Amino acid sequence: MFDSLSEKLQSALGGIRNQGRLNEKDIDKVSREIRLALLEADVNYKVVKDFVRKVKARAMDAEVLKSLNPAQQVIKVVNEELTALMGSSSGKLEFSSRPPTVIMLVGLQGSGKTTACGKLARFLVAQGKNPVMVAADVYRPAAIDQLKTLGAQLDVPVYEQGADANPVDIARNGVDWARDNGRDVMILDTAGRLHIDEQLMDELAKIRKSVKPHNILLVLDSMTGQDAVNVAQEFQDSVAFDGVILTKLDGDARGGAALSVRAVTGRPIKFASTGEKLDSFDYFHPDRMASRILGMGDVLTLIERAEQGLDEQKAAEMEKRLRKSRFTFEDFLDQLDQVRNMGSLQSILGMIPGMSSGKLKGMDVDDKDFDRIRAMILSMTPEERQHPEMIDGSRRVRIAAGAGTNKQAVNQLLKQFKQMQKMMKQLGSGRAPSNPFQMLGM
Amino acid sequence: MSVDAEVTESAAEGAAEKKGWLKGVREGLSKSRKALGQQLASILLDRFDDEVWEKLEETLIYADVGVAATVKIVQSLEEAVDAGQITESGELLAKVREITADMLRADEHRIDVDHQPAVIVVCGVNGTGKTTTIGKVAWHLKELGKESILVAGDTFRAAASEQLEEWGRRAGCRVIRQKQGSDAGAVVHDGVAAGQSSGADVVIVDTAGRLHTQKNLMKELEKVVRVTQKLVPDGPHEVLLTLDATTGQNGLVQAKLFAESVDVSGVVLTKMDGTARGGIAIAVTQELGLPIKLMGVGEKVEDLRPFDPDGFSQVMFEEGVLGS
Repeated sequence: MFDSLSEKLQSALGGIRNQGRLNEKDIDKVSREIRLALLEADVNYKVVKDFVRKVKARAMDAEVLKSLNPAQQVIKVVNEELTALMGSSSGKLEFSSRPPTVIMLVGLQGSGKTTACGKLARFLVAQGKNPVMVAADVYRPAAIDQLKTLGAQLDVPVYEQGADANPVDIARNGVDWARDNGRDVMILDTAGRLHIDEQLMDELAKIRKSVKPHNILLVLDSMTGQDAVNVAQEFQDSVAFDGVILTKLDGDARGGAALSVRAVTGRPIKFASTGEKLDSFDYFHPDRMASRILGMGDVLTLIERAEQGLDEQKAAEMEKRLRKSRFTFEDFLDQLDQVRNMGSLQSILGMIPGMSSGKLKGMDVDDKDFDRIRAMILSMTPEERQHPEMIDGSRRVRIAAGAGTNKQAVNQLLKQFKQMQKMMKQLGSGRAPSNPFQMLGM
Repeated sequence: MSVDAEVTESAAEGAAEKKGWLKGVREGLSKSRKALGQQLASILLDRFDDEVWEKLEETLIYADVGVAATVKIVQSLEEAVDAGQITESGELLAKVREITADMLRADEHRIDVDHQPAVIVVCGVNGTGKTTTIGKVAWHLKELGKESILVAGDTFRAAASEQLEEWGRRAGCRVIRQKQGSDAGAVVHDGVAAGQSSGADVVIVDTAGRLHTQKNLMKELEKVVRVTQKLVPDGPHEVLLTLDATTGQNGLVQAKLFAESVDVSGVVLTKMDGTARGGIAIAVTQELGLPIKLMGVGEKVEDLRPFDPDGFSQVMFEEGVLGS
């Protein structure tokens, strides 16, 4: 939908090559693009204003690496500032030396609290903990049923007192139950509530006072717009949450709300929820979020290559040469649909002269996987598609998240693809086809 | 008979302790630190200098109107000022409201239940308020003397059917459901068939929340719609997309992809009782031509309002939050 920010910046600066410091005109040009990108990503208006001001100031002072053009220069500053703003680490949970450790989840309606309870429980079980989930949402129809169903799925007990009890009592009794039953962690689900609902916010404060949670996590939908700051501020004032669980990250929302909440409350995003299944839950990685917010997955590539001292023009030429003798993910993507229409990949590959069953082994591409593979490739940046060898661990995680699959699937794809590339080289007689299916006369 | 503004209002009037939506929202706004009205009130005293335009832009962005629509609105205003249509700051506010309301206007804001049975499918991203909205719609229809059957088409989420059953109880409607994990298409088929054979006036189909980026789930949604069409060839008569008013710019691509998959006939803007102003609705109407038909304004069964572009704009650009 949007050009990547790096592309916009490149065109804004017209590829000027400057030596020495960046001039103010250059910086003003890019400030506008950065501001636009952040607003489009739902970062709070005021946070954007402050951020751009900071970037401008740094860019003016910045020492220019000879190998970086002005656009890259500014991107570098933006990325660093954004990463600093997001925080260097996600911050872990606090565990009490006197169990149970109480973790209280709060947030607006529909943000994903109850599902997050289940996910957190599963996450903690995997760490060797014995959690209990406490159902203190007495307002939402079947909320207690929902938590009980999750508990049954996970084999984690659920403490509840039905929908007619008082949430403060439920919470307090839940702590006692946890202690009496040897549960070392208590995860407290609360009802979704508006930050402007005085009565319900008071209730939350009462629960907090009574139960004294060791961790209070605000569950925030990653597609939240400008209102995120209002919500965070009010919840901060009422219950002083320690961190955020950012949900629905498997969507394509840029997630600027995360940045806003961090900037305004100082609280870190602790966990990321990346799907509806209970295993789609992990610690949050601030650096990758920065790229997502800016819509510039390939920014690190630009910086990394520039810092390696590669002259951009030389690199482009080299790339052209390489492309001719390389089968890339870009090519693969182009051919994917055509191939699918024609029949199984394996049978087609089998038709290629010189292809023995031995070579095909390990390259098995199930037709059912086509959509998944396509999604993964689309999740890659153009740069990554051209140079799959650069796709390291953290990029794989990002690609997996973007395609709604897991890292193992990405690993498998890359492994298969590497073999395919090797095979292409072998098949070619000096001049390997950019399209392996050309050989079949398509 | 269509459900129009008048009828919905009179139905809602019967409800106990009904708090006027505008009043409730005003109170909500008064508590919010970012009360839009206060910001605009401060610029009304200024001349039309750069600060005025910046304040206006800020107000629009804060309402999630988005950069593109903000630019359009500010441009229209600038033209009006240049053409001498606005000479005082007081007129600026009125003009902004007018421009915004016009951007939100659509040919058809009403819900079509003029069939026997009328079939309404409700879809949307997770957590946007589908099931709650269905409960409210069913209740309002009941107030109009129309019987609904609710179909628990969310077979994925834990206790989703139980949730709809509770709304069925509140709205006095029958609920057709199966176990969690059943095939959604099968439940929907049974539900629509039950609606037809029992002589229900309306069949309202709940579906599982899904992200527009999940291709297989979008395909499943298409299947659900096809299933209803097998039984009711000219249906579904309404495919309502729920859109959370707190959603930022992603709301546009959400609506776009849902509309590409199934023939979305209208949008329900939910959670309008918060401080988010749902400005993304402007882009949805302008760029996709999707009409906003209903607004959710609370968690109670009566908390549903027909969408009114002028009222919406009035609240978005309100003058002085406390009082007027």
